[in-house]
Amino acid sequence: MTLVLDPRHVAAIRRHGEADYPAEACGLIGGSVEEHYKVAVQLVPLVNRRTDAARNRYLIDPESFRRAQERLERDGLEVIGVYHSHPDHPPVPSAFDREHAWPTLSYVIVGVGRGSAAEPKSWVLTDDRGSFEEEPITNEERKVVWQ
Amino acid sequence: MAVTILIPTPLRPFVGGRDAVQLEGGSVGELLDRLTGEHAPLRPHLFADDGRLRSFVNVYVNDRDIRQLAQRDTPVKAGDTVSIIPSIAGGTAVADVLPHLSHEEILRYSRHLILPDVGLEGQKKLKAARVLLVGAGGLGSPAALYLTAAGVGTIGLVDFDVVDKTNLQRQILHGTSTVGTGKLESAAARIHDLNPNVRVEPFETRLTSENALDIIRDFDVVADGTDNFPTRYLVNDACVLLDKPNVYGSIFRFEGQASVFHARRGPCYRCLYSEPPPPGLVPSCAEGGVLGVLPGIIGSIQAMETIKLILGVGEPLIGRLVLFDALKLQFRELRLEKDPDCPVCGRHPTITALIDYEAFCGIGAEPSYEGAEISAEQLKDEWQRNPELLVIDVRDPHEHAIAHIEGARLIPLSELPDRLGELDGHREIVTHCHHGARSLKALEILKAAGFSKVRSLRGGIDAWAVNVDRSLPRY
Repeated sequence: MTLVLDPRHVAAIRRHGEADYPAEACGLIGGSVEEHYKVAVQLVPLVNRRTDAARNRYLIDPESFRRAQERLERDGLEVIGVYHSHPDHPPVPSAFDREHAWPTLSYVIVGVGRGSAAEPKSWVLTDDRGSFEEEPITNEERKVVWQ
Repeated sequence: MAVTILIPTPLRPFVGGRDAVQLEGGSVGELLDRLTGEHAPLRPHLFADDGRLRSFVNVYVNDRDIRQLAQRDTPVKAGDTVSIIPSIAGGTAVADVLPHLSHEEILRYSRHLILPDVGLEGQKKLKAARVLLVGAGGLGSPAALYLTAAGVGTIGLVDFDVVDKTNLQRQILHGTSTVGTGKLESAAARIHDLNPNVRVEPFETRLTSENALDIIRDFDVVADGTDNFPTRYLVNDACVLLDKPNVYGSIFRFEGQASVFHARRGPCYRCLYSEPPPPGLVPSCAEGGVLGVLPGIIGSIQAMETIKLILGVGEPLIGRLVLFDALKLQFRELRLEKDPDCPVCGRHPTITALIDYEAFCGIGAEPSYEGAEISAEQLKDEWQRNPELLVIDVRDPHEHAIAHIEGARLIPLSELPDRLGELDGHREIVTHCHHGARSLKALEILKAAGFSKVRSLRGGIDAWAVNVDRSLPRY
């Protein structure tokens, strides 16, 4: 699978990461799955519920997830991924990310070094939950989607 | 009418893309068991290995969280709606990413890749894995070769020895052409030839309490191929302190043992052997001999267990000790229990940092033999001046047959206590063995029996062959 992420979405994810720095920012990615592509259509920025350790943890509680899922479904979209920031850490999933990961979702991570966000990377949990594999990000399909 | 289970988007591919499933059942637990029974690949995503619902999986019955109800015993009736709702968590820490395989690697590992339990992902795990081999000798040789061939990405080697001709009978990592070079250099060349994709990280040093934690810390699995007790306890304790699995093997003459010690999941080496044997009781390979194929078998078991740990397949040798008898060609298995009072992995550990393992194993605390030894040259001189001097060879008869000092009398160490009557207490006595260890034990026996004019040949018959009689073969 390839994640199709519009430059607009990438910019929004980076901005969110910078705005919440040094805490972790998080949100859901709504879109549709089309054969070999997961196409992002709409971001749902959410509040990080981990107030105790927001610098290195994030939490999207079930209520927020349910509301976001319902809203996206009304628009004919589904939750295709999650984004979050790694303040002062590279955009690679941690063991903690893996232990708590859901299958099939794209985990888009943006590293925010000293308050400045870099290019995000996307990861998908392997079927045995043993690790993450990097998933390519493209914006090639954008025209098709928005036509 | 059945109960409706609402499936969240990330799990829909596991139930044929549907957003809801209808099932019959009386409780939430029953429903979820039925759901994951019908869609088995779903199970690991909902339940942890211990069978409990994962912390980030929330289950609601008609909008009420089952945590506020009766958990998995929460009753459901026809017409109810059960929702599985994710909470999503994560955060920064260590990288955990699988590498890619080149076309060359895919071809090289094709027999692995077509194994369902390995496959592309397993092979990538092997490539990502970092295995530390302590010792590049008898056990380390087959382990290193098979791990290299299997495509373990990084192999760390700890050894400080030089390849000796007597190693080649069993240490198949080395060759005649590398006799005299460092074992690590020799090993790295062989590994590179076998599989250039493997990275070797050499540690040309003795593993010590000072460096063990720093060396072991960066590896995923440790395979212990050491031949001495201080290092074995050191490797064990360091692995317990760092939460690393320790794939253990040891050999003696025709017998071997293997196990996997991982304190988090089972016993450690100290649970099995809380204390080392008295120094000198268990002879090393150099003293006791070893059949060359034996480390090949035990070291291969270590390689196999290491690979299973990396892949996460099968049943690891945790909590089990395999005993192998080459002469009977028999494997036996002992159950190992974790010792709750184990000083390092028990409930109240007293060892929380590495200790002095030489002292722990009684090495260096041996009685002083100063003045009790004699050099080969000195023995030659004294013997010429005093033909009455009695030289006793305490080796076994089969060693005597390989080479012996002309004029020495063979009394194997095991027979010595019963044959003291044959000896004349007034004569000067010099004991000798192969390298000078057993003859010191003979000395103790003789002194305890009242013999006073006794000394031991330092370096044994080997020193004699080097410094006095070059016509003797060394072994």
